[in-house]
Amino acid sequence: MSGHSTYTPSNGFTRWIDSRLPIIRLGYDSFVAYPTPRNLNYWWAFGAILSMMLAVQLITGIVLVMHYTPNTLMAFNSVEHIMRDVNWGWLMRYMHANGASMFFIAVYVHILRGLYYGSYKAPREILWILGVVIFLLMMATAFMGYVLPWGQMSFWGATVITNLFSAIPLVGDPIVTWLWGGFSVDNPTLNRFFSLHYLLPFVIVGVVVLHVWALHVVGQNNPTGVELKSEQDSVAFTPYATVKDAFGMVVFLIFFSWFLFYSPNYMGHPDNYIPANPMVTPAHIVPEWYFLPFYAILRSIPDKLGGVLAMFGAIAVLFVLPWLDTSKVKSATYRPLYKQFFWVLVICGLGLGYLGSQPAEGGYVVASRILTAWYFFHFLVILPVLGLVEKPRPLPESVTAAVLAKNAAH
Amino acid sequence: MTMILSVTKIGRAMGAAALVAGLAFAAPAFASEAGGPVVETQSWSFAGPFGRFDKAQLQRGYKVYKEVCSTCHSMNLVSFRNLADAGGPGFTMDQAKALAATIKVKDGPNDAGEMFERDGRPSDRFAAPFPNDEAARASFGGALPPDLSLIAKARAVHRGGASFLGDPFTLYAEAGPDYVYNLLTGYVEAPHGVTCDGALQYNQSFIGGTCIAMPPPLTDDIVTYDDGTKGTVQNYARDVAAFLMWTAEPKLEARKSTGLKVMMFLIVFAGLLYLTKRKVWSSVAH
Repeated sequence: MSGHSTYTPSNGFTRWIDSRLPIIRLGYDSFVAYPTPRNLNYWWAFGAILSMMLAVQLITGIVLVMHYTPNTLMAFNSVEHIMRDVNWGWLMRYMHANGASMFFIAVYVHILRGLYYGSYKAPREILWILGVVIFLLMMATAFMGYVLPWGQMSFWGATVITNLFSAIPLVGDPIVTWLWGGFSVDNPTLNRFFSLHYLLPFVIVGVVVLHVWALHVVGQNNPTGVELKSEQDSVAFTPYATVKDAFGMVVFLIFFSWFLFYSPNYMGHPDNYIPANPMVTPAHIVPEWYFLPFYAILRSIPDKLGGVLAMFGAIAVLFVLPWLDTSKVKSATYRPLYKQFFWVLVICGLGLGYLGSQPAEGGYVVASRILTAWYFFHFLVILPVLGLVEKPRPLPESVTAAVLAKNAAH
Repeated sequence: MTMILSVTKIGRAMGAAALVAGLAFAAPAFASEAGGPVVETQSWSFAGPFGRFDKAQLQRGYKVYKEVCSTCHSMNLVSFRNLADAGGPGFTMDQAKALAATIKVKDGPNDAGEMFERDGRPSDRFAAPFPNDEAARASFGGALPPDLSLIAKARAVHRGGASFLGDPFTLYAEAGPDYVYNLLTGYVEAPHGVTCDGALQYNQSFIGGTCIAMPPPLTDDIVTYDDGTKGTVQNYARDVAAFLMWTAEPKLEARKSTGLKVMMFLIVFAGLLYLTKRKVWSSVAH
């Protein structure tokens, strides 16, 4: 969509279509002729992988709904009915449950790729913000989806997370009652979570369309972070990116299948195979693994409201990231200091994830506080300052120049 | 500004220090896990990508469940027909029918509006020993024997440290049956200074606390095996743990055999795509 369309209808029928609804032209311009940087590495395949995972979740989810019953008395057993009696039900349900984890693995890689190569910087701020919106929607969808099997972790996870809203001054408690549809997590809560869990994925699809639209306006970033300057910097999306993405997607499917077929409960919690029981609190209430870093941030603050603000702040800070990073250079390849801080942030995130899985006591809390402080320090202090003091390495003339220099060196 | 600059310069060192500090603080918490439940991993026929249930073992486990466990525990998600399902204990449909016929089921109402009793059918679930949880609690001094349908997936022992990082590579997915086995064989002499109240029993593998409400359910020769396998507590525990893995995951064999086909297809497909990709990109420096 950058540049004019090169599509020419090949016959009378497609000409007829093109003059009424140029949808074939849109597809051609977006996924065939679209110029893609010639130097993209496999970290760029995660966009395609995420589209695939969204489709997997939608399809398996729609099939699961045909057999699932959103009622507190029947939900747990209806999931077991899917696992035991529905033809290939075990496959649908394990694909959906593990698919959520795979979706988050892919999105974390995708986000970190954006952080490493500076894909959030001008002119891609809106593209980045839309991505953060998708991430938030994914979190909401995944959280509500985890409640649906109505196991112990479903129930108590829902109780803990909805209770966070009671930290809001004055109106906190009425808001929580309103969210629950009653005075505790119960059938009305399950019903509305089910409704929203079915709705939000389609909202995600809508925002993904905007995300791809914005991407196709500004063009893809690339490992050098240098904008495309001439036609030889790019190749046509098809066949070049298509076949490379397809290979990346199939490799990711192998990774997915490894868990799906051989260790499908590895990423779940055993307690969720116990039916929800409001009278029995599990020894440790833990969210799904992909929420653990944020859970650690939540619990690291001794004050409830402070913890909630810190947790949401950890994501909110991503919205303003394009303006926090003062460096004009995008790619970490040419930013020797930023590159190291990036990896420290990755380790900080992994550390928070581990701490989120541990009980909130003793040394774990102290460690969570240190890493939480570091997380915010990275975005709020290091990034603004680094752009002013760091001396970047010289940037290549163009993408093509970088590619040729690299190939000459080999 | 100079102060902020120097902060940035030592930022790297601080990051490393934060990590070291984090790990140092976390370390004592690991140590406390050393006194946790004892769980020795067992070797299972259904472990690994090619794992399959041992039908004879499942049949023996069913016998232990029926004669011992089912006197207190329900198994509400399993029907008699499942005993003849592919990938299960390998009973014939006639055997499943005969086993179902040994129970009486309350059904109804009939045309006259009366509830009535009839013989069990293969479509009936296993009979629960108590009509409801309250009745079960009343019989056991307040303790509820949990339903066993999913127990082999609903229990697991954290083996501590970073062992969870290795599990995806070794495909260790038998924490549930390992726990069941260890619990059933974990009734040992309480260590010095540990006492259990009233009817509670010390069990070195219990994850719910030091003492467990369930009295030791197994003793040598309590069940007579039909296939000549020795009637030891260890054999009973292992066989019933395998049986409970099947009741928790009845499609395990279908899952693993489907997985093999899918994996083979995906690996070949990935290989072909890689070669295609190389060919397509061969004329473009990248």
